[in-house]
Amino acid sequence: MRQPKVIVVGGGLAGLMATIRVAEAGVPMELFSIVPVKRSHSVCAQGGINAAKNTKGEGDSTAQHFDDTVYGGDFLANQPPVKAMCEAAPGIIDLLDRMGVMFNRTSEGLLDYRRFGGTLYHRTAFAGATTGQQILYALDEQVRRFEAEDKVRKYEGWTFLSAVIDAGGVARGICAMDLKTTEVRTFPADATIFCTGGIGAIFGRSTNSVVCTGSAQSALFQQGVDYANGEFIQVHPTAIPGEDKLRLMSESARGEGGRVWVPKRAGDTRSPLQIPADERFYFLEEWYPKFGNLVPRDIATRAIHKIVFELKLGIGGEPAVYLDLTEVPREVLDRKLEGILEIYEKFLGVDPRRVPMKVFPGMHYTMGGIWIDNQNQATNVPGIYAAGECEYQYHGANRLGANSLVSCIWGGMVAGPAAVNYTRGLEKGCESSAPDIFERERKRQEEINQNLLRQEGAENPISIWKEMGEWMSEHVTVIRYNKDLERVDAKLLELLDRYRRINLSDRSRWSNQTLNFARELYNMLVLARVITLGALERNESRGAHYKPDFPERDDKNWLKTTRAHWEDGRIRHSYEGVDTSLIPPRARRYGAAK
Amino acid sequence: MADRKKVIVRVKRQAGPQARPRWEEFELVWRPHMNVIICLRDIAEHPITRDGEQTTPVTYESNCLEEVCGSCAMLVNAKARMACSALVDQLVQPIRLEPMTKFPVVRDLAVDRSIMFENLKRMKAWVPIDGTYDLGEGPRMAPDHQQKAYPLSRCISCGACLEVCPQVNQNNAFIGAAIISQVRLFNMHPTGAMHARERLEAVMGPGGVADCANAQNCVKICPKEIPLTESIAEVNRQAVRQALLGWLMG
Repeated sequence: MRQPKVIVVGGGLAGLMATIRVAEAGVPMELFSIVPVKRSHSVCAQGGINAAKNTKGEGDSTAQHFDDTVYGGDFLANQPPVKAMCEAAPGIIDLLDRMGVMFNRTSEGLLDYRRFGGTLYHRTAFAGATTGQQILYALDEQVRRFEAEDKVRKYEGWTFLSAVIDAGGVARGICAMDLKTTEVRTFPADATIFCTGGIGAIFGRSTNSVVCTGSAQSALFQQGVDYANGEFIQVHPTAIPGEDKLRLMSESARGEGGRVWVPKRAGDTRSPLQIPADERFYFLEEWYPKFGNLVPRDIATRAIHKIVFELKLGIGGEPAVYLDLTEVPREVLDRKLEGILEIYEKFLGVDPRRVPMKVFPGMHYTMGGIWIDNQNQATNVPGIYAAGECEYQYHGANRLGANSLVSCIWGGMVAGPAAVNYTRGLEKGCESSAPDIFERERKRQEEINQNLLRQEGAENPISIWKEMGEWMSEHVTVIRYNKDLERVDAKLLELLDRYRRINLSDRSRWSNQTLNFARELYNMLVLARVITLGALERNESRGAHYKPDFPERDDKNWLKTTRAHWEDGRIRHSYEGVDTSLIPPRARRYGAAK
Repeated sequence: MADRKKVIVRVKRQAGPQARPRWEEFELVWRPHMNVIICLRDIAEHPITRDGEQTTPVTYESNCLEEVCGSCAMLVNAKARMACSALVDQLVQPIRLEPMTKFPVVRDLAVDRSIMFENLKRMKAWVPIDGTYDLGEGPRMAPDHQQKAYPLSRCISCGACLEVCPQVNQNNAFIGAAIISQVRLFNMHPTGAMHARERLEAVMGPGGVADCANAQNCVKICPKEIPLTESIAEVNRQAVRQALLGWLMG
């Protein structure tokens, strides 16, 4: 019997979990990652991971988790996969616990759970406020163990450039570049699982890490892999603005009792500690008495926008609100939130245990992503799978906090065995492919490098990137108007045109970060258009997608998945029904009990 | 208005592992909350030295920019630290940026730290689970025990502790404090402890815990304030106990 081979691209939570599952099945595999996998963006996840373990006598259940997730996502998610994820979540927590994740404990030595947004239950397991880091490390260690047993081969410091697809439309491997030597090489594989994460860099500044460009997703899209619900972009309500990045202040701050407020009087310049309680406007608690500070992120973000831009009540007239932890006991802060308090203190030099933090919404997450089926994490191209933030399946129109880690791990758990099964069912493996398909793809990618390195022009890739980010952040995040979206698309076309005249200030072939960035930039521009055009088409408001001109959710016309295809260099959107077979859609109102 | 405030940055450049290093100086426009990453991005957008010479963007590693991924460690004014949390307003100018010296330079400020991951492999720094199947909950753990272990598991493998350790040098293969602290972490876990012997045998080997000369620089530099010297002492105790037992049992 022939031995199949599987490749995983991306070494965050989803990629590592997929790797573990493939290695466990005894199938040889290669893991590609831009950064050493221990440095993946998953380390930035702070607050926790959801699973309905019902350890606090509240009557929580996986059915309730499922309902919260579907309702929180404004009914845009296909329900059977979400149900499967929520049912698997308690087992995932057990597995992570066995792997040695240092979750916080109760006095009985059990895992502790806290509250998070969009639910009334204590459902979020956590390891201080660095849960993503802790879980990533646990998976990284398991993969290292497989590596020591020669069951996994890592290619760290390599970036994915394109898939190798044969004449029959079947994926037979990948083309990748060594970021040190800029060597372009192809790697045959019977199946490839993409776990390439978020797309924050398209918005210039976001809570995402530097590598979260969406470049891999976009490259795949341009090779015929469909992209779904791109217009659904999560803007996290509480981030610390910064020029290089928007640093996340976890929802767990509110889960542990943090309160959001602004001074009642516009332009009040007193220090927050000098403002008495009755002169503070706790707007989330007042507007949403049931969920209070723990309304879902899209709701909290729009509320802050209303406070700042409509009511002009931002702190001292600035775009900022207070996130106040000063009422939370010091012991709780140190035991449960230390990681994020340390970030605020280090970057702003103010102790958030004593002084309320100043925060503002920041682009955080993409609900949309690579289109996959409802069972196997399989894309529309045979041999290509996707898991984690880079795919669209689990969060509908808005993701609930602490559901991302569980969806990453679940996606990896499903994709690994699904890819293995697929390879075992193949009549002909990648080794039987005509060798020229690999060489042709390698040449095509090498030529892109050579052209970029040769090209003379007056455009700077960083300047183009900054412009894209400013336009996308201003018009394609919290509030969207069709006339602006049209202008953004025209702008993106202009930037794509200017891209043809970029001039790389570094022309060497050794560890040239400018070259790689320029390659990613092109892909970012294409994906930015997919997002913008998806938003333009969707004339309704649902979850994170909000158009004041179409303020209501419109199930009759828009209870549909957006599916973007690439056809001869053009983006075409089509729409398909959402599987709502388990929970009938109902109005989403967080002001009252749901 | 007076002239806008300037930031002067000197960068040690090196085109490749064998190339001769040289210094370049840049003059940037100051902005509030500026950090070293923003300086490097400014240079990338306008790679022109203070003398008006065209140069290339500086190669450096970075990712999370909030001091949890461990990528952007470098020498900032001769101190090993993360560039993202090095705030310009707290630094003496000209700000000097250099690659760490205990790792091979790849280019400019980027170094190759893969030896750290290799050593984690050697030390078997993991909990050897039976598989990802549903085998029920993990072992219970007292909250105090978790509170002791958690800080150890926040190590970001930045390499700062190796950079400042006099025992990490060309003549010595000392694995360094970070790795030894991971041995302690996994020996603390109830399941990990079942395999403590393997880890201790590895850590007693060449370059292991015995090579620590107690300079205590590691614990002072660690950006995550991990009690590294405590870890070394504890692993040393465990190793000695194991060696004695091995000797007594013949």
